[in-house]
Amino acid sequence: MSLLKVRDLSVAARGRNLVDSVSFTLDAGERLGIIGESGSGKSLTATAIIGLLPPGLSATGSVLLDGHEVIGAREGELTALRGAVAATVFQDPLTALDPLMRVGRQIGEVWERTERRAGRPHGKGDTRAAVFSLMDEVSLPEPERIAGAFPHEISGGQRQRVAIAMALACRPKLLIADEPTTALDVTTQKETLALLARLVADHGMTLLFISHDLPVVAGIVDRVVVMRTGVVVEEGPVRQVFATPTHAYTRELLVAAERFDRALGAA
Amino acid sequence: MSDILRLDHVSYAYPGGRPVLRDVSLAVTAGRSIGLVGQSGSGKSTILKLLLGLMRPQTGDVLFDGARLDLSDRQMMRTYRKSVQAVFQDPYASLDPRQKVQAIVSEPLRALGIGGDRRAMVVAALRSVGLDGDILDRYPAAFSGGQRQRIAIARAIVAGPRVVLADEAVSALDLTTKVRVVDLFRDLARKTTLLFVSHDLGVVASLCDEIVILEGGRIVETGPTRAVLAAPAHAYTQQLLASVPRLPDFLAGASSP
Repeated sequence: MSLLKVRDLSVAARGRNLVDSVSFTLDAGERLGIIGESGSGKSLTATAIIGLLPPGLSATGSVLLDGHEVIGAREGELTALRGAVAATVFQDPLTALDPLMRVGRQIGEVWERTERRAGRPHGKGDTRAAVFSLMDEVSLPEPERIAGAFPHEISGGQRQRVAIAMALACRPKLLIADEPTTALDVTTQKETLALLARLVADHGMTLLFISHDLPVVAGIVDRVVVMRTGVVVEEGPVRQVFATPTHAYTRELLVAAERFDRALGAA
Repeated sequence: MSDILRLDHVSYAYPGGRPVLRDVSLAVTAGRSIGLVGQSGSGKSTILKLLLGLMRPQTGDVLFDGARLDLSDRQMMRTYRKSVQAVFQDPYASLDPRQKVQAIVSEPLRALGIGGDRRAMVVAALRSVGLDGDILDRYPAAFSGGQRQRIAIARAIVAGPRVVLADEAVSALDLTTKVRVVDLFRDLARKTTLLFVSHDLGVVASLCDEIVILEGGRIVETGPTRAVLAAPAHAYTQQLLASVPRLPDFLAGASSP
């Protein structure tokens, strides 16, 4: 059964469609990438999937997340779906983190909420152990120090690991990663991508990975959707879309990516 | 000597901070485009600020045509500004939204007191970056990121500089736009000398004759771009190169014309 079924999803602002009749499905355990440049609607699509569109934007069509309709759902139902079914990691971890709360506490709160929802009793010591275990899972070094630090006191790569730990604390079926490594230095990006790939495999999570970066997407997903100006122009397995693109825009993207890739010489 | 700009054993520390540049020496030679590559904290922005004459090194010298750059020497700095122009990362922040294209692009001509038919010079600069001369009366808001970056390049070249400093000048652009603007910089590199600061190895590799790799305020490796990338000698360069996400093998040549 598909974990996510998007049918004719449109997102409109002042009568103009920014996302226009987008459809795709994502089966449990699958890893799907959405590739697009700015204005493609890729991030709006992700935002609509978790029902977090900013005011002024409205979605029509259907988004079935684990069998629950997201479009038109009440906030209470959405809150239950977010976390339990889908958790998101954004480009800038600072937007996801509370600047005034120590990072250990932030991870702990998400974990406690997940336990409460599941009706599992837990004490303070349980939270502490869970936080350290989550930090270990995302390979954060010096857990004592980092748990006691505020977001601005740790590096960008470490902040993104904290955001990933918080997503993981929800034990979601679907992990949505929206440009999760775009703001990171290239060496940190490599480590973070390896971490995401390992966690998705270890926990059997389904992955929706949104990025403008073709090589990054190709390295982490099985199937891609290519979007441009709110419309899906091409979809298929990575190998098929990258080796034999059918749409002119996909070809243009690939030619551009190849140009910089080739300049680096043999991999 | 053909070095237009030189950093000679330059070190720099911000007040109360650790050194951000340690004994950096590099030369910008006429006709050789040079790429400065480093991650955050490598010191590449500080080098650029020194080369823009925005601050002085604590030790070492910035040399311009072999002479020590003296920020208080107005005559020298005028010649310097005419010779060295810059393009910045953010095409939305680097153009004054209240000024028309004509005023933006002609700004160096006014600031440097360059006379003659300024309008014709502006039109020529715009044409050379692939923009029509009929956009003179429009505001930056009317243009996309790629077009704005072209306007910023037109402003940098309108006074005929010998060196153009580019600070992450294509980093904010979409891939398909980036390719076109990199092509434009490549044309530019034939007419002037380019110092291109970037974190993006692929862009530098496709654009620059020479490469300088910075780590933690030090130059760890430098040389012809092709040679350095083919056989990086320093462990940091190797790590950097190995970290760049690459296209899958099955693609090689698939979409070539």
